[in-house]
Amino acid sequence: MLVDVDAAVISNARLSDDYSVVALAAPDIAAHARPGQFVMIKPCRGIDPLLRRPFSIFEILRDGDGEPAGISLLNKRIGVGTSLLYDVLPGSRIQCLGPLGQPFDTIDPPAEAWMIAGGVGLAPFVTLAEALRGRGTKMRLFYGARRATELYYVDEFERLGAEVTLSTEDGSRGERGFVTVPLDAALATTPAAREVRLFACGPTPMMRAVAKLAARRRRRCDVSLEQVMGCGMGGCYSCVVLTQAPGGSPHFVRSCIDGPVFDSTRIMWDALTH
Amino acid sequence: MDLSVSLGSLTLANPLIAASGCFGYGVEYADAVDLSTLGGVAVKGLFLSERQGHPPPRIVETPAGMLNAIGLQGIGVHRFVREKLPELRDRRAVVFVNVCGTTIDEYCEVSRVLSDHEGVAAIELNISCPNIKEGGITFGCSLTGTHAVVSAVRKVTPLPVIPKLTPNVTDVASFARAAEEAGADAVSLVNTFLAMAIDVHTRRPKLSNIVGGLSGPAIRPIAVRMVYECRQAVKLPIIGMGGIATADDVLEFMIAGANAVQVGTANFVDPLIWPKLLDGLRDYMTRHAIARLGDIIGRLDTTKRETAWISS
Repeated sequence: MLVDVDAAVISNARLSDDYSVVALAAPDIAAHARPGQFVMIKPCRGIDPLLRRPFSIFEILRDGDGEPAGISLLNKRIGVGTSLLYDVLPGSRIQCLGPLGQPFDTIDPPAEAWMIAGGVGLAPFVTLAEALRGRGTKMRLFYGARRATELYYVDEFERLGAEVTLSTEDGSRGERGFVTVPLDAALATTPAAREVRLFACGPTPMMRAVAKLAARRRRRCDVSLEQVMGCGMGGCYSCVVLTQAPGGSPHFVRSCIDGPVFDSTRIMWDALTH
Repeated sequence: MDLSVSLGSLTLANPLIAASGCFGYGVEYADAVDLSTLGGVAVKGLFLSERQGHPPPRIVETPAGMLNAIGLQGIGVHRFVREKLPELRDRRAVVFVNVCGTTIDEYCEVSRVLSDHEGVAAIELNISCPNIKEGGITFGCSLTGTHAVVSAVRKVTPLPVIPKLTPNVTDVASFARAAEEAGADAVSLVNTFLAMAIDVHTRRPKLSNIVGGLSGPAIRPIAVRMVYECRQAVKLPIIGMGGIATADDVLEFMIAGANAVQVGTANFVDPLIWPKLLDGLRDYMTRHAIARLGDIIGRLDTTKRETAWISS
């Protein structure tokens, strides 16, 4: 069910000079959202900037009775829209359309779910981890950032039962280097008989590297792609990704309605990073 | 309260049509919007065969607007009538099909295929897309080209033929006149304005196609002026568009001379805009005691008015 809510900002918690978590009162969206889905946010009134922005649903917020009350967004200040959202004040209102897009598959034991997150690519994994915990599915989180101060919500994932492996580019926390280093090591030491499914979200080069590792180790990998999006509804054809089915010819598909989650083997990565 | 408007032989329940290229094939919105409540749905431009379009980035935001260079990605007319038209028919949508071509023969062939299927209300001839090299705008930027495409398609289909005009010409009214002389049933205008945006840090164009079409509120005053000029030049019904985002914007186009309007970019911002626009039109009719919305078409008051301080 799709709804457009003039959602009140419950809080805007600054995590750093760039990151914040914006909580929105949007019970209908919260009640219908599935892991990995997104919302389209209008970060201001008026017509400049004009378009909405896509955001992963970061958390489902619940009231005292455990009923869905709202959602939160993990926001990283990059452009005009994200800067407006970073500065948004509690009590103000934000137009919020959703839930949108194809969710992650939630898998059951004995299969394991390994989530690989880079930076703000952590955003779709809280909802996935909650769903997996509900199914008793064993999960790991490989989470990389530039530095220790840009790793967030680690305790939350541990509370949800995920085994967390951290890495930072400057070595200030966890392993030094890209998140793919510990991932590769873990894949190499995991018997093929254990069913492991990878879920990746982060910078395109990271997802591409994860997809490559997955292919080499014959593991299925789903990636959540972020593209410039005009409408989120399949109307504008701006968020397309070049894909190829086995034996088929390449064609552009809309990441808003066919994605944002894709089987990584469908993606023509050269076209995406170009 | 009567919101219906006439476009030649067509009567629409209201003047609001979803603009081509901004509403997919209509079916994408069918769960969110009751398509039968719209005056019409103009589906994405169709060639004979499938077409991939341009690589991303395909859009970029600009002040109060956006540029697009999608490149008419599409499934082709045959898949459209097979895969999309039945659902549009079931949903009781009034379907305007935007027809593209690289040659006059292709425009005719696509139109013929559509004419053989039930559920198409009208053909909108895309002779104005700024983002493809061959066909399209090359016809729309030449008076003889416009005349040739319209009269050729006119001969092969019983459906209303509505050329969509480009604003990227010196005198758009002369193109409306050429369309009228060639037997068009109406004209729609305007398509997007050819435009460009550059990332100064990388010195690269922000669109993969380098240039694209500007739409959104930024273009509205120019589009209103062009509709007004065409209203003076032709008797044909006019479908006006360009940056419409509120009921007042709809009314502005109608007063300038549009019989109906299309809403495009605003639908990206708010896909649930349609009932809001209709409510706004009803409020206006109530406030101004207008029983038939059609009565305001072209009723621009340009009489000179004495101001109070002069007369006193």
